[in-house]
Amino acid sequence: MPDRQLVDTPFVPATRTSRQAILDRVRAATAGFEPAPVRRDYRQAGAHPQPDPETLLEVLIDRLVDYKAEVTQCAITDVHTAVTAFLSAEEAVRVVVPDGFPDEWLAGSTDSESGLVRLDDTGPLTVDELDAADGVVTTCAVAVAETGTIVLDAGAGQGRRALTLLPDLHVVVVTADQVVARVPDALGRLDPRRPLTWISGPSATSDIELNRVEGVHGPRRLRVVVAESG
Amino acid sequence: MSTTDQPAGKAEITQWPRATNTGHLHGDYFPRAARVALADPQLRRNIGNATTIIREKRGSVVAELDDWAELRAAGAAIKDATMADLGDHLERLETEVAARGGVVHWAADADEANRIVIEIARRAEARDVVKVKSMATQEIGLNEALAEAGISAWETDLAELIVQLGDDMPSHILVPAIHRNRSEIRDIFRREMGNVGVPAPDGLTDDPPALAEAARIHLRNRFLTTDMAISGANFGVAETGTVMVVESEGNGRMCLTLPRVLVTVMGIEKLIPTWRDLEVYLQLLPRSSTGERMNPYTTMWTGVTQGDGPEEFHLVLLDNGRSTILADPEGRPALRCIRCSACLNVCPVYERTGGHAYGSIYPGPIGAVLSPQLTGVADNPSLPFASTLCGACYEVCPVAIDIPTMLVSLRAKVAADPDSGDARERAVFRSAAWAMSRPQRWTRLLRLMRLGRFLARRGSFRNLPPPFNGWTATRDLPAPPDQSFRDWWTAQRDGGGDA
Ligand code: SF4
Repeated sequence: MPDRQLVDTPFVPATRTSRQAILDRVRAATAGFEPAPVRRDYRQAGAHPQPDPETLLEVLIDRLVDYKAEVTQCAITDVHTAVTAFLSAEEAVRVVVPDGFPDEWLAGSTDSESGLVRLDDTGPLTVDELDAADGVVTTCAVAVAETGTIVLDAGAGQGRRALTLLPDLHVVVVTADQVVARVPDALGRLDPRRPLTWISGPSATSDIELNRVEGVHGPRRLRVVVAESG
Repeated sequence: MSTTDQPAGKAEITQWPRATNTGHLHGDYFPRAARVALADPQLRRNIGNATTIIREKRGSVVAELDDWAELRAAGAAIKDATMADLGDHLERLETEVAARGGVVHWAADADEANRIVIEIARRAEARDVVKVKSMATQEIGLNEALAEAGISAWETDLAELIVQLGDDMPSHILVPAIHRNRSEIRDIFRREMGNVGVPAPDGLTDDPPALAEAARIHLRNRFLTTDMAISGANFGVAETGTVMVVESEGNGRMCLTLPRVLVTVMGIEKLIPTWRDLEVYLQLLPRSSTGERMNPYTTMWTGVTQGDGPEEFHLVLLDNGRSTILADPEGRPALRCIRCSACLNVCPVYERTGGHAYGSIYPGPIGAVLSPQLTGVADNPSLPFASTLCGACYEVCPVAIDIPTMLVSLRAKVAADPDSGDARERAVFRSAAWAMSRPQRWTRLLRLMRLGRFLARRGSFRNLPPPFNGWTATRDLPAPPDQSFRDWWTAQRDGGGDA
């Protein structure tokens, strides 16, 4: 027996036999199997023609609206107005603000200026506190125009995954430089070692007679601010 | 712990060439089960509506991509390339997951996978686990195994919740409760929710948003308080150790993010070699599956992330008959399947019978090739005949699995297998295999049988001429419709139906 007896080591099973047997079997099973080489003649990252920036945003917004997200477009200097408008329209007061979310994107840097009760996650917030929050505001990592997808990578201004899951309202700011044309363009910008959440519209189900219903467990309201510089 | 030093001998390897008998891969004989389904008008109507709607949605979003054919070819080729070096990819995945704090387990069959998950639950002291829809865990009968061990498994996908509370079986890969209508769902919620947790709200109506809200309320506290979650996986990336789950409702995110311990059961065919390969499947899967450009939520994670998500991550790699399929060049392409369910939605047989008739958790055309291969044809001899070989499944399959050709070869295997059914059934299978091995023969036979419709009572045959009477002596055979599936499909396509 190894001398390290770690009581709190997660269960590591005694399936070495199966491990070796499975590996032996799959190797024997595919001996001599030489499939055709992979040809990537689909549109890859950066494929031409690339849509111009205007079209890119237009397509993104069209897709987002199609999936029942509400969208506003504004200048980067006006983000705070758009964010505040979404929050107040939903009467959201207790709002989760992840670490790194720019102060200038809220209507003020203090609660009294912004009229919000900011919940920061340095505690960290408990699941019950998150569940009781009215909403969450975040940045994002990438947005994919063609599919209307916003990707979060738990980076600055986004926080850990639970923050954008439990509150019923998610307001997300996308800047124009974060928008890519298609899925292959997005993967190249993402780090697989970060936890990633791809969001395309609010939570939805079609399980009841195939009626699409917005909102089951994730945020039922997704609000997107698309910000352009200048 | 003491068995680890035992070397893997040849005899041991051959002890588990097939899926074990514990899971949900076996059913009644397809014709008998189909008779029940065909006699249920609501089921047929619901399935018919569902498949029509999804088919149309799929057609329009697929048409949006002018490189669909190239994506499809790459989707098939990447999976084949993965299989060719599967051993290496599995080892790489294991290394990467372990390097990021995950624990990798290997399960030769269903029983071993179930034992592993139960042991993890015991160590986590979990009496309850939340589950996100997973075909692999249904395949191995995990919920039943957990129940025997005194652990309650709670399904959280809305459809799975309906199925679990209603104590029945899924009927479609993508929309498993499609056989239930809204008032039945309301009744199930009112009757059952209170027995297992937060009851349905007073005065619950059968309005779909109200039903969805009831599910949200019912499950919320469970998500917030349960210590362990179990998921399947859509893809595992060998190069990075990243695992991915696609979903719609957010129950997946709940399960993958909130509980302290996460266990993912993944078939060994779910691997893809590189991160970049995802660019192909993230385009193929949602469009083929729900007919959306992208499903609402996709979660990707690599091992354990400090301060974000589960503290413990276990990945159970499941063989359960897959390596046997891998060894068969004719059957191997079935392992490309990404479980999109597009082939179900275009299948004229599935459209009429629904998923239950297949008896396996893998229904429809893919089930007809996958289930008999996982179990061995002797255990599922009728499924390869549950098809008209019209070819629609192959055309829509995003990874180009030639299901009709595989069905023909499986039919030959059934006909040659001495353990498949009784002598009369084998004779039927042989004749049917002969007839169905050539599309023209099958078409001719169908036309012949259509004449027999005048003789049939209430839509099913009681007595057929030999050799088919061997079959009808013990069960009714669904009468061919006035228009055969093949004619129907041809007419649909000429009429500008789904691509
Ligand atoms: S066989 Fe093809 S079409 Fe059918 S579920 Fe699998 S991937 Fe989808």
